[in-house]
Amino acid sequence: MKFIRGYPEAMRKSIDNVNKTRSKRIDEVIADMTLEERDKVLKSFHPDYKKETKENIAWGPNKGDLVPIEVASILNAYPTVSPDTIDLSKVDYDVGVLIIGAGGAGTSAALWANYSGVPEDQILVVTKLRHGDCNTIMAQGGIQAADRPEDSPLIHYLDVMGGGHFTNEPELARALTEDAPAIIKWHKDIGAIYDLNEDGSFVENPGGGTSRNRMHAAKDYTGMEIFRTLRDEFNDLSIPILEFMPAIELLTDEKGKITGALLYHLETKQYFVVRAKITVLTTGGFGRLHVAGFPTTNHYGATMDGVLMAYRAGAQLKHLDSTQFHPTGAAFPEQIVGLLVTEKVRSLGGQVLGYDGEQLCYPLEPRDVEASALIRCCSSTENYIETPSGMRGVWLDSPIIEEIKGKGTIQRDLSAMYRMFQRFDIDITEDPILVYPALHYQNGGVTHNKNCYTSLKGLLAAGEISGGVHGKNRLMGNSLLEINVFGRRAGITAAKEYKKQTAKGKLTLNHLKTTVTALDALNIKDKKYSPILLPEYREEAVQNRLIQLYEEIR
Amino acid sequence: MSKAKANSKPKDNVSPTVRIYIMGEAKDVPASLTIMKAIEYAGYKLTRGAGCRAGFCGACATIYRKEGDYRIYTALACQTMVEDGMYLTQLPFVPAEKAKYNIKDLSPSAETILRYYPEVARCLSCNACSKVCPQDLSVMDYVQYALQGQIEKATEASFDCVSCGLCAIRCPAEIPQYHVAELVRRLYGKYIQKYPETLDKRVKEIEDGVFEEGFKEFMSMSHDEIVEKYKARDFIDQKKK
Repeated sequence: MKFIRGYPEAMRKSIDNVNKTRSKRIDEVIADMTLEERDKVLKSFHPDYKKETKENIAWGPNKGDLVPIEVASILNAYPTVSPDTIDLSKVDYDVGVLIIGAGGAGTSAALWANYSGVPEDQILVVTKLRHGDCNTIMAQGGIQAADRPEDSPLIHYLDVMGGGHFTNEPELARALTEDAPAIIKWHKDIGAIYDLNEDGSFVENPGGGTSRNRMHAAKDYTGMEIFRTLRDEFNDLSIPILEFMPAIELLTDEKGKITGALLYHLETKQYFVVRAKITVLTTGGFGRLHVAGFPTTNHYGATMDGVLMAYRAGAQLKHLDSTQFHPTGAAFPEQIVGLLVTEKVRSLGGQVLGYDGEQLCYPLEPRDVEASALIRCCSSTENYIETPSGMRGVWLDSPIIEEIKGKGTIQRDLSAMYRMFQRFDIDITEDPILVYPALHYQNGGVTHNKNCYTSLKGLLAAGEISGGVHGKNRLMGNSLLEINVFGRRAGITAAKEYKKQTAKGKLTLNHLKTTVTALDALNIKDKKYSPILLPEYREEAVQNRLIQLYEEIR
Repeated sequence: MSKAKANSKPKDNVSPTVRIYIMGEAKDVPASLTIMKAIEYAGYKLTRGAGCRAGFCGACATIYRKEGDYRIYTALACQTMVEDGMYLTQLPFVPAEKAKYNIKDLSPSAETILRYYPEVARCLSCNACSKVCPQDLSVMDYVQYALQGQIEKATEASFDCVSCGLCAIRCPAEIPQYHVAELVRRLYGKYIQKYPETLDKRVKEIEDGVFEEGFKEFMSMSHDEIVEKYKARDFIDQKKK
């Protein structure tokens, strides 16, 4: 196959269309959709609205909820450990505050617990992979905060509620928007860098569904810059962390209060027991379940362990039927299909185009609407572009950014994107990017209130694991915000609980017995086990040859 | 290096293939894969050596040589395609100590850098760090800027660092460059970069309860009323039809 500057010759015809229409499109504004039009495109094309990809949660507090099949198969599965084989009488780590998950939410929770008076040796953070193998570090486009005089937390709140189809928990949406400026201030205080204009004001761009420009960014490495600053601060404070040690179940006392967690060492395969006064769940979302068969923008460990652990212990879940598909996942080259192409490309003026080089829709609709419009083009019209492997996509016109904002803008403000495509011989300052929606974010999850208390005693939750903040659709720039706002609140609440004169509870796995009883009653034919911890990418030929060697256990 | 026959056989419809050596073991894999996907294709379930899988977290730092070539190459496994004759291994962990400091007590100067990372003064200007950087950063330059106290320049040159640690492993002067870069950037963010005045004003307004009434009103509204509010938003920053 002949390639010309990274693209197969056959795709060049459509790229010519894009180049021809560009000058005309610079001032062309496509009308955005009314609420009624949004509703129509969502119901016709968004995977969330397709019944055939859904299944019921079969047991527990959310029994009967219709959720993606992949999610149901995790929740309707048997525990991987049997309570009888675990000795809980020997406590390996006895701490005040246990934080499960070391992405952005967990790291800020640990920092704020410590700032709020919990000594560092009374905090323990555990994480499945390394400190920083998380979605936060790969967030690119920005973080929202209404700090300009012509903006306000109230306007931000309206954008959040409308973006979420008014299904958000109002008190959570309020906390999100009202805490935002203080979060940016905190970041500045500990030395994080945000893009500034010459006059020292923040560079602030629009995002899909925002009525003001309030996206703060650090090039297109915003999550990386925020996270590495938090992590450096975390290490400065000497807060203990265990890497490659995921929690696989929570521990409960006789009354169901959360009293700690059972950890699993990914490499030595041992279990460890943690007892804690208060436990914070910050384990993130479910991208690696590949809901509806979509490729994902998420990190390797995003397998919904936290939601599952909480559910088995009796926690209430919410909005797990709702999945965010990012409108612009990479659709070419094949090696990077599904990787995130930041919304910032559209914030800076990038347009979404069909085969003919004409705009398909307003480029900054809320994410679910934009994604649905792209799916519509690829599944019910002929105006899509097909790759040699048969994948369909549409163009995201990046070169137009250089014409609107000036030469050099892409290498300065989108250096991660520029580098990623350059590695595959595509120059996004010269040629457009082929995109198709990719699984991006778990909109729903564990319910909690504004101070991060869940429905279970002893358990707090924050970050992507949560349900209710964004309702059924999150806007760009509100997840980097969420992990900081609710991570901080969880840390402060954890400190408050830590200081209470209560004794630590008994450690049991009684809730697993309840789980197994409930599952047994369903007579499931094809029994599955969870958490899965990591997705399976080995070839079937390899999997068919796996054998289990039994070691002698004394 | 091992020359045993490869024991992985790509499916019939996959073509073309390349032969790679994973920690010495020969494997035939589809030529279209990244190093990370090729390792998985060959049968490994990764725990270390895979994180974000998108070029941001630095977990998949990889070292390789090629048949008939004396040079050492490096890559992020998730962002690099396999090539025929690669002898690959991944870095499971980078031992490199991070200095501890309180960012609020420092000054943005060469003295600060040297206090916490005195080994920076040992830089031999050999440029091995820049050569191994999978982000193609001029690592040696930012180390030199840091040594000279040019914090802004060091920040700019190091900004796209993904902290994979390959530089620190290769450095004959034993400098943990990527940790130095983190200190440099925090000094810049805290002490040198301007501080937007809108921020403190807005934070104070929020603390003073300026938006309290507005939020109370929103939260007491019915569904239809809040929808009307939403529809009535103005868009002063953006071109709309």
